[in-house]
Order: sequence, then C-alpha cells, then structure tokens
Amino acid sequence: MSGSWSTYVIALVVLQVVACVVLLWYTSRRHKGEAEPEKTGHVWDEDITEYNKPLPRWWINLFYLTILFTIGYLVWYPGFGNFAGTSGWTSAREHDAAKAEGDAKLAAALKPFEGKALPELAVDPKALAFGKGVFANNCAVCHGSNAQGAVGYPNLADQSWQWGGEPEQIVETVLNGRNAAMPAWAASLTAMGGATAKDDVISYVRSLSNLEQPTSDVKERGQKLFGSICAACHGPDAKGMAVLGAPDLTDDAWVYGSTREVLMTGIEQGRNGQMPAHKPLIGETRARLAAAYVWSLSHKPVH
Amino acid sequence: MAEASFYNDKVVRQFAVMTVVWGIVGMAVGVLIAAQLYWPALNFDLPWLSFGRLRPLHTNAVIFAFGGCALFATSLHVVQRTCHVRLLSDGLASFVFWGWQLVILSAAISLPLGYTQGKEYAELEWPIDIVIAVVWVAYAVLFFGTIMKRRVKHIYVANWFFGAFIIAVALLHIVNSIAIPVGAMKSYSVYGGAVDAMVQWWYGHNAVGFFLTAGFLGMMYYYIPKQAGRPVYSYRLSVVHFWALIAVYMWAGPHHLHYTALPDWAQSLGMVFSLVLLAPSWGGAINGILTLSGVWHKLRTDPILKFLIVSLSFYMMSTFEGPMMSIKTVNSLSHYTDWTIGHVHSGALGWVAMVSIGSIYMLLPRVLGLKQMYSTPWIDAHFWVHTIGVVFYIASMWIAGVMQGLMWRATNADGTLTYSFVESLNVTYPYYLVRLGGGVLVLAGMVLMAVNVWKTYQLAKSPVPQPVLPPDASQARG
Repeated sequence: MSGSWSTYVIALVVLQVVACVVLLWYTSRRHKGEAEPEKTGHVWDEDITEYNKPLPRWWINLFYLTILFTIGYLVWYPGFGNFAGTSGWTSAREHDAAKAEGDAKLAAALKPFEGKALPELAVDPKALAFGKGVFANNCAVCHGSNAQGAVGYPNLADQSWQWGGEPEQIVETVLNGRNAAMPAWAASLTAMGGATAKDDVISYVRSLSNLEQPTSDVKERGQKLFGSICAACHGPDAKGMAVLGAPDLTDDAWVYGSTREVLMTGIEQGRNGQMPAHKPLIGETRARLAAAYVWSLSHKPVH
Repeated sequence: MAEASFYNDKVVRQFAVMTVVWGIVGMAVGVLIAAQLYWPALNFDLPWLSFGRLRPLHTNAVIFAFGGCALFATSLHVVQRTCHVRLLSDGLASFVFWGWQLVILSAAISLPLGYTQGKEYAELEWPIDIVIAVVWVAYAVLFFGTIMKRRVKHIYVANWFFGAFIIAVALLHIVNSIAIPVGAMKSYSVYGGAVDAMVQWWYGHNAVGFFLTAGFLGMMYYYIPKQAGRPVYSYRLSVVHFWALIAVYMWAGPHHLHYTALPDWAQSLGMVFSLVLLAPSWGGAINGILTLSGVWHKLRTDPILKFLIVSLSFYMMSTFEGPMMSIKTVNSLSHYTDWTIGHVHSGALGWVAMVSIGSIYMLLPRVLGLKQMYSTPWIDAHFWVHTIGVVFYIASMWIAGVMQGLMWRATNADGTLTYSFVESLNVTYPYYLVRLGGGVLVLAGMVLMAVNVWKTYQLAKSPVPQPVLPPDASQARG
C-alpha cells in the first residue's frame, strides 16, 4: 500500500478509536442542565417517554476493554496502515512455517514406503491406512469414497481395468494420468452401414454381454460394422485394449452405462475420459500408497 | 375532514400483510432446501428447483421480502406516530409498496431461472438493482420528508435507527452493485479480485448491520416501550450505542475474508472492530430489556411482549457470538461450516423474525381500529412453536458446525488429513434432519399467524382511519 493510503488508513483508525472513547467518556458523565435520570421530558405518541439513567458501569468497562484490546492488537499485529506490528507476524510467514513443519513430518512418514512394490505395500496395514487416507483426500472426489466409481469414473474395486490392472500400470495411471479419447463415429457408421448402422452396432455390442438378443441379421450387420471401425481400438473380440484405454465391451463393467441411449451418446459425440496426472500433486510415494490401496481392493489376501 | 388529519395506515396494512405472506413463502423455500440437504432427490432433477438457485431465493425472500416488508410497515407506522403527522405523500407511499413488490416478484422469477450476479445477498441482476435503487430513494424521500414536517421538536430514537438504515442501505446497495451490463440480464462487477471480495463483504456485513440490525432496533424502540407502557430505560444509552453502532459496523466486513487473499492489515482491522461492536450492540439490547423494569410480570400474560423481549435475548446471544467468531483463531474453526448457518439463523429467526412478528401482532389491530388480534392464545402458541423451532435449528447447526470444523482440521501423525469431506458430511446428516424439524416448526408458526391475521381482518370489516394525535404541548414544534 502506498504511503498516502497508509496515512489514510491510520487516520481513519485513529479517528474511529478516539471518537469511540470521547463518545463513551462524554456520555458516561452527567452534565449541567441535563435531564434527571428519571425523565428527559420527551413525549411522543401520547405515552412514549424516556428515562435518562446512567450507563451501566459493567457495560462502560466492557466497551473500554474492547478498545484497549484493539490498541494492543494493532501494536502487536499488522493493521495500522503500513506499520507491520511488533510481533513480526504475517499470514505468509505463518503459512510457510506451518508448511515446512508439515513437509518435514510428511517426508519422515513417507520414508519407510519409498519405492516399494504394490503387493508388498498392500499387505502392510500401516501402508494401507496411509493409502486409504491419500485416496480419500484425492481420488474419492471422482471415484467415490469406496472406490465404487460413478458415471464417467471407473469402478476401482472390481476386476475390470481400462488401462491395465498390473501394479505398475496402476501406478503409471496415478502418476502421469490418462487420456481416453473415443472419437465420434456416427457419420462414418452411417456412411458405411446406412440409417440403421448406429442401432445395429449398439445391438451387437449389447449382445456381447447378453443385455439383448438381436435377430441374426441385425447382429451380423452390427458385427461387420464393429469389425471395420470399433475393433481398431476395442479389439476384434471386443475385449478392449489396455494401451489405448479402450474398455472391454464383453463384461458387465461400463464406465458410462450400458443402456442404448448411453451407447448412442458415446457413438454420436465420442467420449473423452481424463484422469489427471497426480505426480505434481502428491509425489511418487503417496501415489504408490494410493495405488496400493486401490490394488488391494481387488486383491484380497487369501487366508 | 381533511386527509391530513388522519394517518396513512393503508400502506402500513399492505406491508404488514405482505410481511406475513412473504414470510411464509421465504420460509417454505427454506424448509424445501433444508429437506433437499436430507433428501437430495427433492430437487426432482429440475434446474429451477436445484439448491444452488433456491438458496439465494430463500435468503432474498426472507431478508428483503419478509424482513423488508416488516421494516417498511413498522417504519412508516412509527414515523407517523412519533412525528404526529401523516406521511409526506400518499402517492409516494403507494409507489414504494408496489415498487417493492415488483422487486420481490422479479427476484422470485429471475433467481430460479438462474440469473445471478454471484454476489451473496446481492444476487439480483442489474435491471432489478436499478428498480431497487429507485424505490429506495423514493422510500428515503417519503421517510425523511415526513420527519422534516414533524410537529414535535425531538426526533424519536426509533427514527434515528430507521434513518440510518435507509441511508446506509442506499449507499451499500449502490456501491456494491455498480456493474457493466453486457446483456439484458447479465453484467460484470466493476471491481475485481480481492477488491471485489472486500466491497462485497463490506456490503454483506453491513446488510446485516443496517438492514437486519439498525432497522429492527428502530422497531424495538417503539414497540417495546409502547407495549410495556414504560419509558425507554436510558436516553444517553440510546445516544452512545446509536453512534457507536453505526460508525463501527462499517469496519466489520473483512471478518468474512479471514485467511484469504485480503491483506493482513485489513483482516486485522475487520477483526478488532468486530470485537468493539460487542458493547454497542448490547447497548441496544440492554436499553430494550431494562425498559421492562417494574413490569416484568407482564411477560406472563402478554405473548407479544414475550416475542419482543425474547428477540432481544437472541440479539444479545448473536451479537456475542458474532464478535467471537470474528476472532481469527475461532474463525479458522467456524468458517465454511454449518456453525455460520446456525449463527445467522439465531440472528435471523431469533432476533429479526421475532421482533418483526411481535411488532406486526401489535400494530395490525391498531391500524384496523381494533384493540387486539383475533386470538391472543394463538399468539402464545406461535411464540412457543417458533422458539422451540429456533432452538432446534441453531443447536443442531452448532453441533454440526463444530464437528465439521474439528474433522476438517484433524490430521494424522504424518500430516495428512484424517477425514475425507464425505465423512464429515456423513456425521452431519442426522443434524440436517433436526434442522429441518426446527424449520418446519417455525413455518407452522407463520401459518398460524396468517390464519390469525385473516380472522382479524374479518373482525375489522372496514378499517377505521386513525386521527393524527396532537403532540404534547411541551414538545410541540413552532
């Protein structure tokens, strides 16, 4: 703040504090010619009148006390224009000190888990508890507090994996993020298979997981279209392709849902699923701990 | 006989009735959104019924429609009685009434449609802001014009507060709403970043200080001594707490922005002057409560006095809680939690609503030419239903808020957060049901009030004009 603004703030603060004190000091005393405590002589609306009783002593003291506190506080802390206060406190310094302390504690806490493999972490109760905390604070917002997923966000507790379920594949997903891009195929499909093309391919895809039983010619047409377009990513057997993040279409796990409407939207508008990279946010070891927790959900130890 | 020898009570009656109507509407919306927090499906997947749009509708309706109508009704009633003249202009009075109803209606339509400036308690878009400014200036002319032609020497203390409320609200509304329109219902504030936040909360907290406090203190200063039949306790206390209150409130806004990008010095000043506000706030409450000295027994039989005096108890409680919450260390626990919601409602339902309800019960029969409302036992029932509702509401939100604050700040030995957000939501869940119950009770009380008002109107048939009383000979202005 520039010097003149600082002077302005200081002047206003002084004026306000002095005005309060003068007002309080003046009105707490009785002055010559002032009305008696039991009346002021004012009358309104027939019967509204006023006493002029002294201010309660405790109330005057309370008022002075808060003013005294204000003066003390403004000596100790920043507030009086550019005067920084005698304590040297600033919110930035408080933040930095708290962060440095927290960082040191965190580094020490992470040390024992550095670079360990997921299967090893997943049987360590301490690591799992840690990982669960990391998951709750970072992952749960999309994937749900029980990792059960939501529309557009895969279920992480089942056996189905978009980008591969091997421990290091999961770690890779968490650290560097994923970008699952399915283009819009409506125009190509219609050009290739006519007006019924989109419906045919949807029927075929749904038949793979027994969601419906299309007639044999619908199925045949759908399969042909699937083979020419969809199979490039989802594979000729529709089992998906982990390197592209193309989901398996034959199981009962569906990221966006399995109704005809949902599949139609996917075909017409495409899908763009993004998992942000978490390395810059939580670092390597915490990413591994979260991944270990996730991995443990579908790999319960056998007793 | 000339018009001028009667009070203009038509506008008072209009605003009094609309106080009850908008009270029911605003609180019903409040009950719906409280229910949505417990049963989210109650938004029926309709954008117009979603929480984000109905919440500002609720706050605008209860503050500016319910509270606003109560303030208009009482200020225009009080200023005539204590100045011993008819209002400056009947035309202007009608304009203020219909103008304000237009503002409310525009809010009730535009907010559910999603039009908003995104400023809390100042959500309405620029065309509506302009209508508000015009109506408000008309109201100021009406009020101060009446004061100027008063027939008594002294301006009664209630009018100081109403006057301060009218001037400050005009200033706050106009400064905070300055925006550049980019469409019929879209604008951008001229302020940016931390300055915008500061202007917004300078407005926001003074909306509490002047709209929801000073105006209602004006109400308190007329209806309590009138109903109790006792002199106001202390004139000098009125003087000191009035000037201190209106001066110091202006500083308190930054306490809404603790631990944000607002500079440290501004946060400090907001905090210390919020603490200084404690004594001036209590000054008003003491003056009201001690006015009852010698007639405390009336509380046993007079439910209107119960409303008025209990409102002051809630006022004292909220104005103690407020300064405490503005202390930075306390604020770091309470901010963003439901504790704030509890605090606001102890002020809004406990203080503002109760003093308004008590005042309306008192003034309505008088401006209808009756001695009292249709049913006094119903007023008593309303008092109890309302009080119990408020206690359920604020107690549940205190518990929920402190719990949330403690859970959000809890960290593990390794420095990570102990709880996820959803875990804190989980433990809050039952308290949302208790809060809903409290809200339903308050709303039920308002419905009972509406029936009582209806019956009172039937009793009155056609209202009798009230003659302007001559001032006491010793007070008359030459």
